[in-house]
Amino acid sequence: MNIIANLNKMFESRIRLGIMSILMVNDWVDFLALKELLEVSDGNLASHLKALESEEYMEVRKQFVGKKPKTSYRASLLGRNEFNLHLENLNKLLSNTQEVVKKRD
Amino acid sequence: MTQKEQHLSDLKQIRSLMEKSTRFLSLSGLSGVFIGVFALFGAMAAYVYFDYSFYYGETQDMIYFADSQTRNQFLLFVFTDALSVLLLALSFGFYFTWRKAKRRGDKIWDNTFKRLLINLFIPLVAGGLFGLILLYHGEVAILPAITLIFYGLALVNASHYTLNDVRALGILEIFLGLIAVFFIGYGLFFWAVGFGVLHIIYGTLMYFKYERN
Repeated sequence: MNIIANLNKMFESRIRLGIMSILMVNDWVDFLALKELLEVSDGNLASHLKALESEEYMEVRKQFVGKKPKTSYRASLLGRNEFNLHLENLNKLLSNTQEVVKKRD
Repeated sequence: MTQKEQHLSDLKQIRSLMEKSTRFLSLSGLSGVFIGVFALFGAMAAYVYFDYSFYYGETQDMIYFADSQTRNQFLLFVFTDALSVLLLALSFGFYFTWRKAKRRGDKIWDNTFKRLLINLFIPLVAGGLFGLILLYHGEVAILPAITLIFYGLALVNASHYTLNDVRALGILEIFLGLIAVFFIGYGLFFWAVGFGVLHIIYGTLMYFKYERN
């Protein structure tokens, strides 16, 4: 099963996979929105964001809304490509099972 | 969990997050409550105007056959009543949603909100124009039912872009509109239930489900 090797290790974590899913279909998404969508703690989310950031899978923007600091994230081109590749490989792994064939758009 | 199940559930999670993150989630339950309250006020005004009756079976005669002064007076009342309800409901509706968005730190005028409005207004405007054309033909008998049905369809359509619960409200409005077709002349009653009572119930449920914490 050398195909397993193609699955990106970065997306082994449910949370990192979730973060990238959200960033794929949105422009800038802020920390609070990610936290609410993924239902995780601040610290947990922050550490996964840092991991994705250090791989340059996403861009980070810090700004102030009134007096509150607000950090937003956007998927980078590299991140998008890696995520699409990962999705393709997941689908390839599953394409022989009927369940997925039915679910694929 | 086998490897396959793991991959499958990964894909499910991806799909669900993509869907959830593209919806407008700041829609406030209190907006619904206030829209309902103003609709009830409007219905109450009409109830008084129709001599304390929900039945206005002669409305059609009024528009078709009454002398122009009575007719104009009637139409003026209906338009003033409907327009004030609409303006008050919309402004309070926007206010509470804006407030919830601000509290969540969301921008109200973002893509999810724009998408929600566009998809809400396509069936709504179609229904509104259809209603006006019926009015132009002097056909007011099924007008209340039509407005409820189109409003329900608009909500069902919009529910893909906001809280999924809106879908249930939409289906109830459609159902109510269909019942209203059987009871010609009682449109005011169905309006009061559809735009007033249902909004208040829905808004209250949403408020306790999502906001009171």
